[in-house]
Amino acid sequence: MTVDTTAAAAAPATGESDLPPTTGTRVTNWAANYIDERTSISGLVKELGRKIFPDHWSFMLGEVALYSFVVILLSGTFLTFFFQPSMAVVTYNGSYAPLKGIQMSTALSSTLNISFDVRGGLLLRQVHHWAALLFIAAIGLHMLRIYFTGAFRKPREINWIIGFVLFILALAEGFTGYSLPDDLLSGNGLRIINGMVEGIPVVGTWIDYLLFGGEFPGTAIIGRFYSLHILLLPAILVAALGAHMVLLIVNKHTQFAGPGRTEGNVVGSPIMPVFAAKAGGFFFIIFGVIMLTASFVTINPVWLYGPYDPSPISAGTQPDWYIGFADGALRLVPPHWEFMLGPYTVSMNIIIPILVLLVLLALVAAYPFFEAWVTGDKREHHIADRPRNAPTRTAIGAAGVTFYGVLWAAASSDLIATHFMLTVESVIHVLQALLIVGPFISYHVAKRICIALQKKDREVALHGFESGRIVRLPGGEYVEVHEQLSDYERWKLVSFDDNAPIMLRPNKDGKITAGARLRARASNWFFEDRIAPVSLTEIEQQHHEHAAVES
Amino acid sequence: MADQGTGSGTDVEKYDAAVPTGTGIVTSDRIENPGFEPVRLRVSELDPKKDKANERRVALMFGLSMIGSAGAIAAYIIFPIVPGDPGSVRTNTFLLGLGLALGLFGIGFGAVHWAKSLMDGHDLVEFRHGTRGSDATRAKAAEVFHLGNKESGIGRRHLIRNTLIGALVFFPLPGIVVFRDLAPAADPNQLLKFTMWKKGTRLTKDPSGVPIKASDVTLGSVFHVIPDGLNDLPDKLEQKAKAAVLLMRLKPEDLHVSKGRESWNYQGIIAYSKICTHVGCPVALYEQQTHHLLCPCHQSTFDITHEAEVIFGPANRPLPQLPITIDSEGYLVAQSDFHEPVGPSFWERKH
Ligand code: FES
Repeated sequence: MTVDTTAAAAAPATGESDLPPTTGTRVTNWAANYIDERTSISGLVKELGRKIFPDHWSFMLGEVALYSFVVILLSGTFLTFFFQPSMAVVTYNGSYAPLKGIQMSTALSSTLNISFDVRGGLLLRQVHHWAALLFIAAIGLHMLRIYFTGAFRKPREINWIIGFVLFILALAEGFTGYSLPDDLLSGNGLRIINGMVEGIPVVGTWIDYLLFGGEFPGTAIIGRFYSLHILLLPAILVAALGAHMVLLIVNKHTQFAGPGRTEGNVVGSPIMPVFAAKAGGFFFIIFGVIMLTASFVTINPVWLYGPYDPSPISAGTQPDWYIGFADGALRLVPPHWEFMLGPYTVSMNIIIPILVLLVLLALVAAYPFFEAWVTGDKREHHIADRPRNAPTRTAIGAAGVTFYGVLWAAASSDLIATHFMLTVESVIHVLQALLIVGPFISYHVAKRICIALQKKDREVALHGFESGRIVRLPGGEYVEVHEQLSDYERWKLVSFDDNAPIMLRPNKDGKITAGARLRARASNWFFEDRIAPVSLTEIEQQHHEHAAVES
Repeated sequence: MADQGTGSGTDVEKYDAAVPTGTGIVTSDRIENPGFEPVRLRVSELDPKKDKANERRVALMFGLSMIGSAGAIAAYIIFPIVPGDPGSVRTNTFLLGLGLALGLFGIGFGAVHWAKSLMDGHDLVEFRHGTRGSDATRAKAAEVFHLGNKESGIGRRHLIRNTLIGALVFFPLPGIVVFRDLAPAADPNQLLKFTMWKKGTRLTKDPSGVPIKASDVTLGSVFHVIPDGLNDLPDKLEQKAKAAVLLMRLKPEDLHVSKGRESWNYQGIIAYSKICTHVGCPVALYEQQTHHLLCPCHQSTFDITHEAEVIFGPANRPLPQLPITIDSEGYLVAQSDFHEPVGPSFWERKH
């Protein structure tokens, strides 16, 4: 690894290394030697210790996800010491008076005991829940950051897929964990899963029967979800997370364009000590934020919901926010989407939303490969794009976010209706329409905004920015003086890549295949209306004109 | 420092010169990277007093962290949970959390402040290397596979290779089969098609199990109903998930009764399955004015005056009706089980 230490040398020398060794350094030296002679860890430290991490606020989103996961592991382990994943019926006899004497599952009664009889139990339950919500939110935002800056391009496509798997695992962890207390709310969530699985053609009835270990709700599901929640899913999650980090180290972090930054270098702080201190400190801050939230804000008060019972339900029940898009997809289906296929029932009202969700997720996973195919670009990319400089990608992203957002809003259709005093019907109809046209509108609006911003960038790069200073020309007219940018400032605006659509060319047999045609068309669409970065000639021309005006 | 970072010649750039750029335009008319901006020193690097102040600030935060953690222990001991007093739980949670949060924030903000104000903050540069291995390494790796193939003969000995593939395909199959006993031997299709309602089962109040007299059901009232005897069953929840019923009384002239169902209501008293035909939530909301039943999960709406047909929402089928009458003592009873499976649709529902 080549590290430029010139900057470090420019800093005031502390001269510590010249001092005679103190007891402290002697102990550290001894320990380092002891470990290295048994592990040859010095190689690793030499390789990684001064690795460079670029700095940008948006790079911290992934860190937030990582740190909240650590908090989840810590708090979750504590909870396992008290939680009993059993659906055996007991009569509650703990300290929460309103439920005393009520029959409930052991799972719920142990959850109540954690909340009301274990000191710090409620706190850690809330830490666990808040950290989980933050975990999923941070993963989502992190994915958006990667997407909109093109950080999924070669060589990071595989890490995008791993990250996608992590996202799915996080959702699965969220849902299984939410179900464990076996309260009324989570039980109704399970009931919906039960109904959805039953709606799957051919195998649904049997899968559901096996999953619940008999008829719904049965006595098995909590124990099974527990195994998944604390063993199988976290094991896969940790392994995938490890691979994610290893590839992050191998590929090194992307950086935004800036003076001196190229595709061939990475500019930022070394792990030891600056990045370690910042990141380590940031972990404690995230942990602190979660802890503070958990001590102030009640979440999932299962004692108010009571035990699961298939009959009661309260109006306006909401799943945790991250399940909303799936719930919303179910709600947007118009009536009567079900038909008979001979003697069999085909529940399109369930199949279609499931397919829509699967396709949406598949598109997310596949996007890097799609873009690589459209551009034909096989180079490595380490400079993150500004979203405006890839207008079509940004527009596709905006369309996707809109689609997701409409599904998500649909999960609260009843709350929206009561809040704005509308009928549920009208809210659903508007959302149904928005689900179809919304993405197209967002696509076009986002694309126009990107191109407008790019034009503005060109303008500023060429003519400078308005200084607010008005001067009077000899001819009597007033003009505002434009301040030219420095080379450094300009570089940020002009350093993006220019692209042209793929040309339609016959292959080596002299044929034009349908695939090639499709690709050329896709490429044309992807790069239409593109704005080229300011070129050197343009700058020089501009300078001449400028000089001509001045003289 | 500037030129070292921008000079070309790293692996990434060398390798990239040889790979297709696709649609990327490599132009000679590009504006040159101006190189790094000159380094500016921080105040604390120039002013030893500021440096000292920052050092004290960091130490103060670490000190606060210790106080917070100690406070958390104190809160744990001083504010125990008093059984039956939810207020004590709140106090314990709040103060314990506050102490812990302070302990965490102190370390966090201290470390970040240390990094930002006292550590060398100048950007360093590291060169990237192409992600692909060098040609020599790749040749060596290919050689490894080549040797593996040669020495094992896997490419040559087709019989071994194919039987191995066969064995690997077969070996997970028992692992799938053993999942059969995740659920009991019965056929779920049969279970889903019947509920515990039988001829003569009394309709009782949910959850108390008190039987309901026809005269109790006044016009406009609604009862949540379970079959008599449900509460004594060991599989109470499973049965309830199929057998829950809503009971209402409408004016007989408001009901649009279809052929064959004329006797299913008793003087305008009607009973419908409470389990949504969408994905099974309890359809628990009754709008008296409109005689609509609303499912709170996905807003499927059923019109009771028209035998619970779906007028809005994702459900397809009307809620199944339970035929009812009264027994000799005037209590409401079922005439039979439902005439179709209740709850969510499933593939073999009509089979
Ligand atoms: S479960 Fe009733 S509408 Fe979905």
